[in-house]
Amino acid sequence: MFSLIESFRSAIISVKAHGFRSFLTTLGIIIGVASTIAVVSVIQGLSYSINQQFEGFGSNSISIRSFTPRSERMKGKIARITPEDVEMIRKQAEGVEYITPTLQSNIGGTSAIKYKGNQAFANVAGTTYTYQDVQNLDMKYGRFLSYSDNQSRRKVTVIGDKLREELSLPENPVGSFIYFAGEWLKVIGLTEPKGSFFGFSQDNFAILPYSTMQGLNGNLLEPDIFLQLQLKSLENLDSIKDKLKRIIRKQHHLKPDEDDDFKIETPEQLTSGISQVISTMTIVLGGIVSISLIVGGIGIMNIMLVSVTERTREIGICKAIGAKRHHILLQFLIEAVVLSLLGGIIGIIIGYGLGVLAAASIPNFPPANVPLWAVGIAFGFSAFVGIIFGILPAAKAANLDPIDALRYE
Amino acid sequence: MGLIRLDSICKYYSMGDQTVKALDHINLSIAKNEYVAFIGSSGSGKSTMMNILGCLDKPTEGDYFLNEKEVAKLNQNQLADIRNQEIGFIFQSFNLLPRASALHNVMLPLVYKGIGLADRKKQAVEALEKVNLADRMDHIPSQLSGGQRQRVAIARALVTKPSILLADEPTGNLDTQTTQDIMALFDELHNEGQTIIMVTHEDDVARHCQRVIRLSDGKVVEDYYNENKEALHV
Repeated sequence: MFSLIESFRSAIISVKAHGFRSFLTTLGIIIGVASTIAVVSVIQGLSYSINQQFEGFGSNSISIRSFTPRSERMKGKIARITPEDVEMIRKQAEGVEYITPTLQSNIGGTSAIKYKGNQAFANVAGTTYTYQDVQNLDMKYGRFLSYSDNQSRRKVTVIGDKLREELSLPENPVGSFIYFAGEWLKVIGLTEPKGSFFGFSQDNFAILPYSTMQGLNGNLLEPDIFLQLQLKSLENLDSIKDKLKRIIRKQHHLKPDEDDDFKIETPEQLTSGISQVISTMTIVLGGIVSISLIVGGIGIMNIMLVSVTERTREIGICKAIGAKRHHILLQFLIEAVVLSLLGGIIGIIIGYGLGVLAAASIPNFPPANVPLWAVGIAFGFSAFVGIIFGILPAAKAANLDPIDALRYE
Repeated sequence: MGLIRLDSICKYYSMGDQTVKALDHINLSIAKNEYVAFIGSSGSGKSTMMNILGCLDKPTEGDYFLNEKEVAKLNQNQLADIRNQEIGFIFQSFNLLPRASALHNVMLPLVYKGIGLADRKKQAVEALEKVNLADRMDHIPSQLSGGQRQRVAIARALVTKPSILLADEPTGNLDTQTTQDIMALFDELHNEGQTIIMVTHEDDVARHCQRVIRLSDGKVVEDYYNENKEALHV
């Protein structure tokens, strides 16, 4: 322990004495760590913001959507979740707190929304009051849809900020009327802006009561409903999923050998796909840039070998006045580690700066996020590089014969 | 019983197919508080003698007892301890660490001895005061004159309070006046009871010593006591 502290002391003196050369030596490590941290921070920022988006689904909710298997699509069949299905689920499913159906507008080309000569296209959906909790919507002005809005098929709507902008509605649009699909809808609320996600605005929507939407869609087309189910608890998730599956299969008259024409998804399933892509991306990019760390390590080894040769006489002196093998070994090893750790620290700072800069210069990109584990790995890896590439020069120094070393000119 | 006892010490080097006998069956005993000079022409085996006495090198044959310990039986780490604590080395070319201050140079042997920073500093300052360099301890070697550098080296040799001071041509790189100063310092140390062994080819320097051993072709050819030792008149 004592010689460890002493070695650190002498290593720092030596690194300082060769200031500029030490800096050049660590440059390889600095670049390696900086690029690793920059890449990881940008990817992590991305993944962090994706997870934020999915948090809205709530941890104990599952969703059901229609899904047409490829073989069925060939036959021209398109699967739907119908209002009858929803009714049946409402009656038979157990452990469900509430159901939030969402009905997309299928009015096709006429789905333009108009207000005082302005017109805009937005995502129009019909749903119930529970949608607000499920989607984590906060109100900026007015209120969200209520239970009675749905019961009495009120012609009201809650809109997002982007749509308000497009239509040039006032800052507080509550009370204004907008025109959609042949009806005048009263704006009763404006949600807090959520910003954009992968370049798509999340605030370009209008939400109507479910029953009102059904009316607007008319009976021309069978509606396709997207369902979000809030569960009482996650404990019986699998059995609830099985039960739902049986209900819908029965509703859809599916034979045992036919595939499901719907999908039941848990939030984990929704996120796992994306997070898998992201973790693969992190590993591949991190792997590529960490090669530069190895190159940096070789640079350190090179300089340390030169340094050992340069200081052969010094090593001889130290041995003559009583330095043991491990004193010399530790001194050079720790010098290499100090050099690479220094590079690691500077690299982490620069890398973080680069990540922030990159995230800031790409429009709509989520802010960079450096997780602690990345800092830890970068730090540990640079220390590891220092040890691995410091061993050879240090061993060379420690094994020098004192007489030969003293005679060295 | 002597501090140093050499029993039939031989050191051979092979140069191609020739064997050079640097030391050839040397028997010698040096007591505590002796002041000994090894003299001889170059190639006489003086330096080899120094290396073996200083435990930097091992003899090919023969036994070397230092303070009753048989050096041949010690391992590398034990030899390092001996060099650290029993022997103080002084070299012709000073051999100070060029980037370290005088104080750090003197503190270095104490690092290997395992002394804490505060004690180390105290002992090093004391050693520097002894060689009259207390006011120069923050200077690095290149800021010091030759004589001052050799004083720093002497302080470094003394700081572990070794049994023997081994000096290899300590005045070889110094002018006459500085040589006188350094030799006066050696005489003073000897008068305080320090055992000193040096290698030199200068008769003036050898005259300071009590005992002179002349080597030639690896053999002791003369071993006498200086009757008119100059140090005694100082």
